Amino acid sequence: MLRITCPFCGERDYTEFRYGGDASKRRPEHGSQDMKAWHDHVFVFDNPKGPHTEYWQHVLGCRQWLVLERNTATAEVGPSRAARERPR
Amino acid sequence: MKHYSAFSLLRHALNGNESWPRAWRSPEPKPSYDVIIVGGGGHGLATAYYLAANHGVTNVAVIERSYIGSGNVGRNTTIVRSNYMIDGNTQFFEFSLKLWETLSHTLNFNVMLSQRGQIVMAHGPVGLDVLARRGNIMRLNGIDAELLDRGEVMKLLPYLDYSSDARFPIWGALLQRRAGTARHDAVAWGYARAADGLGVDIIENCEVQGFIIEDGKVSGVETSRGRILAGKTGVAVAGHSSHVAKMAGLKLPIESHLLQAFVTEPIKPLVDHVLSFGAELFYISQSDKGGLVFGGHIDGFNSYTQRGQLPKVQTVAECAVALMPCISRLRLLRHWAGIQDMTPDGSPFICRTAVSNLYLNGGWCYQGFKATPASGWCFAHTIAHDEEHELNRCFSLDRFEKGRELDEFGIGNWTYKQ
Repeated sequence: MLRITCPFCGERDYTEFRYGGDASKRRPEHGSQDMKAWHDHVFVFDNPKGPHTEYWQHVLGCRQWLVLERNTATAEVGPSRAARERPR
Repeated sequence: MKHYSAFSLLRHALNGNESWPRAWRSPEPKPSYDVIIVGGGGHGLATAYYLAANHGVTNVAVIERSYIGSGNVGRNTTIVRSNYMIDGNTQFFEFSLKLWETLSHTLNFNVMLSQRGQIVMAHGPVGLDVLARRGNIMRLNGIDAELLDRGEVMKLLPYLDYSSDARFPIWGALLQRRAGTARHDAVAWGYARAADGLGVDIIENCEVQGFIIEDGKVSGVETSRGRILAGKTGVAVAGHSSHVAKMAGLKLPIESHLLQAFVTEPIKPLVDHVLSFGAELFYISQSDKGGLVFGGHIDGFNSYTQRGQLPKVQTVAECAVALMPCISRLRLLRHWAGIQDMTPDGSPFICRTAVSNLYLNGGWCYQGFKATPASGWCFAHTIAHDEEHELNRCFSLDRFEKGRELDEFGIGNWTYKQ
């Protein structure tokens, strides 16, 4: 069982969370007319075999979004932090 | 290649089955080939076979990291069907089913195709309307489909839950009689043997570690057994498409996800068809050895671990028991997770890429096995002519940019976004 540490609630089963995709992506600015940038943002994935930084939402807990480090090759779970504290 | 026949079977039986020749050679890689196919799964081997058989391109190598049959081709739930309804998918998968119907003869290898019929349940009037629409579109395309009402389903499948308090009552179903199952590893072995017989080199235990690219053009691959040059290179490594494409500097609309499959202890014949649950993604059939083979949805986050999560086991077991309460006390014999390419629209890619002489076959989502013959057929055409075949023109990488998605079932990689 994948266990995720929520920065607010502590370590829980992953079934309490909802996956939210790659957190290293940057969304194009609102109003951007650059369709290629939007296409890449929505449809193209880095999909690494190894370390991955990703969003999860603690839907069955505090409902906060968090950013988690997880290794997609080994299932090793690293530290997490609140998504709103993500360095910009 | 020695031809297999009833006579050869008899002769070898009398010899104690001790003098069967190897089904394919184990050649050392040559310094260069006309075409290299990266990935010795069903699709890669089928591609090599059709390159030789349809296009006369026999100076071909299939390069496989492990052994033939070690990947997803030997790890799936073996279902073969063509109940699609979006133009592009419909024609492609029906063509595939037609190739399946003659495949054992074509390859001189029994792939044990069993057209036992696939039955998709409807659990309410709306669900039945949706299936009627699918069935009508299939029939308009010349594909067999029959709509069954509750009474007909009860007759065919007396072991489902028809009680008045069934959580998902059986309202009716859609039956495709020509659908069924095939022996998955026989498909890999059959294509490998037939391709080898036409002169294709199958190189096992050889990992591709990079591409040789000059001026935006691929001229070969770097492998664990040295450099091999090629006029054209095709990649058919679904599960690891992103990983391999990255070596050529390509980023794909693909995420790798885990899909689990399950086999129960063997029981006497019970499930005569392939069944699909209508309330969740769940499909079940019975193998020749008697085990019930079934699967469900992806685990829901990208991973290459080949280790499934237990909550999904529970969900799938719940689906099984909701449909067939009679199997609730069966024990699971085996369960495993495979890595599969998931694309945003749930449909595959068979196409050229931004790099010259590099071709992509991947993004197979849940549907790679049934597609194997047509995939190889079309990929071989695409490589041989440097142009997509009519049947795979829709499976291009730029379809999202152009708004031509093939969202057949509305299931892509982003279950987590729905």
